[in-house]
Amino acid sequence: MAIRDRMSGNEAVAYAIKQINPDVMPAFPITPSTEIPQLVSTYIANGECDTEFIPVESEHSSMSATLGSEAAGARSLTATSSCGLALMWEELLVAASNRMPCAMALVNRTLSGPININCDHTDGMGARDTGWIQIYAENNQEAYDNFIQAYPIAEDVRVHLPIMICQDGFITSHAVENIELLEDDKVREFVGTYKPEEFLLNPGKPMSVGPYSVSNYAMEARKNQALAMEAAKDVIIEVADRYRELTGRGFGFFEEYKTSDADYVMVIMGSAAGTAKQAVDDLREQGIKAGVLKLRVFRPFPAVQIAKALAGSKAVAIMDRCESYNTNGGPLGSEIMAALFREKVSTEAVNYIYGLAGRDFTVESVYGIFDDLKQHVEQGKEFDQFRYIGLRE
Amino acid sequence: MRTDINKINEKSAYYELTEGLQMYAAATSKQFNTGEWRTNTPVFLEEKCKQCLLCVPVCPDSSIPVVNCKRTDFDYDHCKGCGICVKACPFGAIEMREGQ
Repeated sequence: MAIRDRMSGNEAVAYAIKQINPDVMPAFPITPSTEIPQLVSTYIANGECDTEFIPVESEHSSMSATLGSEAAGARSLTATSSCGLALMWEELLVAASNRMPCAMALVNRTLSGPININCDHTDGMGARDTGWIQIYAENNQEAYDNFIQAYPIAEDVRVHLPIMICQDGFITSHAVENIELLEDDKVREFVGTYKPEEFLLNPGKPMSVGPYSVSNYAMEARKNQALAMEAAKDVIIEVADRYRELTGRGFGFFEEYKTSDADYVMVIMGSAAGTAKQAVDDLREQGIKAGVLKLRVFRPFPAVQIAKALAGSKAVAIMDRCESYNTNGGPLGSEIMAALFREKVSTEAVNYIYGLAGRDFTVESVYGIFDDLKQHVEQGKEFDQFRYIGLRE
Repeated sequence: MRTDINKINEKSAYYELTEGLQMYAAATSKQFNTGEWRTNTPVFLEEKCKQCLLCVPVCPDSSIPVVNCKRTDFDYDHCKGCGICVKACPFGAIEMREGQ
């Protein structure tokens, strides 16, 4: 029997960490992820798990220590947000290129400036090309579920890549919701014991991690890293299937909410998907065929699957909680439009920037977007293909 | 399966390399002749040397070999010519010479 409880997203992730009982957690506090290392160190102090907690002097150090202990052979993780993730930038790429299957709880918060502590996806999107797997959650339950699946994905021999489990700062990290938890023994059986084949503290089997590479090797190494990210697609689906068998919950690359017959689809990631679903329910009552494609896996990017899922629609709103400053669209907008082009899917696509630095995103915002799409399709109304929603003007 | 790194060279295809370019062997840095980087060269003046061994631990490249408690001539395959040993020597038994 699953355990019914109520928890914030941070509590849910800290509880998952306690159940997984990893070997090492170096961490440095930063809002809104601070509670995760705080709660884990409380579990350790109470003897509820025996993870080695390393209080470090910065996020540069927490990521360095995480990948160092992972290389040594210890299952390792850290947690951070915003500027903390930015300070880890160099080590994020080192962890991925050294093929370290460590984990991170990322609680999404915007980056300066203007300085602000609230939710958007600027931090995670900034790390989108660092070679980490990135999985996003709509709610506390998904943050918990995704964290339990982190190591089985990252540690699979076909993958060996670091994994970032993301949730929206404050919106899910601090809001308390009902949640279903697994029993400890079921979590440990699902996650398994970490048995790396090669690791530094392995007597009689010396090795080096992260050697200097001249030009004759580096390009080939990166091809191998990209192939591991490609292989992660199969592994993510396999692990999600196995998790669904255990719990009855969860999705593969994305959740398709009322999309099968939808004329208009909103593609969205994170907590705002809940708002979009509520608006879709309301619009369905008025006879408007609206749907939501909630993206769960952003890296590796399931381009072909997204394009295929959108093929039957008349128009699509692609929602980015991040400004790219490239004058061409947000990260999701750019990548999904490229995917539609490559797969020769000819649905209309509009890219919206929403919810920056904690700006509210409401069901009314969603009604307006679907109305835009409808007017565009039915009356040929022209508007910018890349625009802000919820902006005062 | 441990990949025999001696079978890997600069003509190996990507699928022949190890994961993350990990090296499955010990003390492989010996095979990397960092001495090629040297622009100035320390010269050991054996007649002035008192065998105090102050130079040995300060060498960042472990390029001052010690045999039977006595330092010998430099390992020029790995000495980068940083000159720290020259500063450490109280007896003027090491001099820097310009060039390789």
